Amino acid sequence: MNSDNPTVVVVPVGALGAGIKFEHLEAGLAAGAHAMAMDAGSTDSGPAALATGLSKYSRDAVKSDLKLLVAAQAKWGVPLLVGSCGTSGCDMAVDWTRDIVLEICQELNLTPTLAMLYSEQEKSVIRDRLAEGRVLPLAPLGALTEDTLKSCEHVVALMGPEPYIAALEAGADIVLGGRTTDTAVIAAVPIMRGAGVGPAWHAGKIAECGGLCTITPFEGGVVIRVGADAFEIEPLSATNRCTPYSVSAHMLYENSDPYLLHEPGGVLDVSQARYEPKDDRIVRVSGSRFIEKPYTMKLEGAANGPFQSIMLVGITDPQVLAALDKFLADMHATLVGRVKAVLGDAAGEFDISLRPYGWNAVLGLPVTDGFPTREIGLLLVATAETKELALRIAKICNPYFFHFPMRRDKELPSYGFPFSPAEIELGRTYAFVLNHVVETTDGHELVRRTILPLALTTGAREHAQAE
Amino acid sequence: MPKLNDVCRYVRSKAAGPFWITVDLFFESPELFSANKDKPGLTAASIAERLHLRPETVKRIEVPDLAVIKFSYPRERAQGGVFERDMHGGQQFSPLLDIDL
Repeated sequence: MNSDNPTVVVVPVGALGAGIKFEHLEAGLAAGAHAMAMDAGSTDSGPAALATGLSKYSRDAVKSDLKLLVAAQAKWGVPLLVGSCGTSGCDMAVDWTRDIVLEICQELNLTPTLAMLYSEQEKSVIRDRLAEGRVLPLAPLGALTEDTLKSCEHVVALMGPEPYIAALEAGADIVLGGRTTDTAVIAAVPIMRGAGVGPAWHAGKIAECGGLCTITPFEGGVVIRVGADAFEIEPLSATNRCTPYSVSAHMLYENSDPYLLHEPGGVLDVSQARYEPKDDRIVRVSGSRFIEKPYTMKLEGAANGPFQSIMLVGITDPQVLAALDKFLADMHATLVGRVKAVLGDAAGEFDISLRPYGWNAVLGLPVTDGFPTREIGLLLVATAETKELALRIAKICNPYFFHFPMRRDKELPSYGFPFSPAEIELGRTYAFVLNHVVETTDGHELVRRTILPLALTTGAREHAQAE
Repeated sequence: MPKLNDVCRYVRSKAAGPFWITVDLFFESPELFSANKDKPGLTAASIAERLHLRPETVKRIEVPDLAVIKFSYPRERAQGGVFERDMHGGQQFSPLLDIDL
């Protein structure tokens, strides 16, 4: 395929902050590359990052990776694209990442041109689209209501490749994007340079988790070479390998459908894809198709939930373990009754959840008969409308949780608390509440861009030129 | 009677976005995949029964090139709320391991 001047993209890590190896990055760039691209976010770890706007990844780890990337960008003159900055990709998470990059530029005395892409949405914008019938639900959720929208702390729209391409065409050396599909940030430069759109998207999907499509996932990133009708994928580590199996199996990962992938502006169809070994480390993939559709962007939104406090005890008493389900049901009824008796209506809407680790806390399914257990960790989760109430409820439960007997006519047992105080305040809970798409005229309409030409000024941040 | 775990080299579950879980059954070989894929224990309805799901919500996809059967189903509640027990959905596969084939 490489007769048609492929576009080469180095994907040095599956998620910014997970740990880039300098020698792999250098090897990839030394062989000639048109871009470095990767994502820095995900919904994988739950709704807290989007609801709070705070990064799940450590600032130190993100800075350590960015330092290598910013230095490599300057040394090799290859643009750097980062999608879904700061985990959630909301505006404050992009700015958090921008500030790390500015700090690095100062430390290394570099003056790249930075572009920031923002895709967080004003609720009023989405509300207007909703009124126009241009916000559609994705299964399993139903139609969006205004109340649900109002409940969101942050709403982001997942970008496609177009804003990245426009930022590079406007002269950016480094593009820090808000929430973007993992695929799009990697596919952007191949698409910009005229590579096949099907191979570009498919290569983006395969490379999105860095080394996860190789036989030794812990050995760093990959490089893709995207041509008109096919792409190649190769690990950055000389000792690592891609095989047709390791590459094609990645389409299963975290995908509900391994053949069709919905992206902004179309659907990637890999049902006809062929995966062939080029040699024992490189795989060539052909037959990927991208079917254009009316442009949509997926929305993600997270809301604040109630508050929680927890307690943990260890139980080893064989009599309790032999009749655990009944014990837990009795204890639960007693705890709920006690909270109601003490607090009355002041308890508000509350929930007490008992989760026996070592029994069925994770799955919550009935336990098969005769399954032996030596000990359990019993977690009590008190959920209430305020942080203070959640703690008060846990404290009211404490003596009963600690001493609850199998039989009323027996001496009181004492289960094993590991901590003093026993109650642990967790604070707020959060919830994902959006799973919808918004129709747009193109990939730019709901995206805002800022360009910082660091070379022009020392007080660059003050001279940010919003476009 | 063989169990699912006897004919698969790897069975996994994982979140596929905040609203779905996906389960992959990697058979030991293409032969074991072909020999077992149509067994009554591996229908969407059987999987639903094992995992206490509504059968009509379970999607079943065969991937013969990888000797894989994939099942995808919506979570009862969105990932990460008040009642979450398995944030990444990575532990939901275990009730399937002893399915009789």
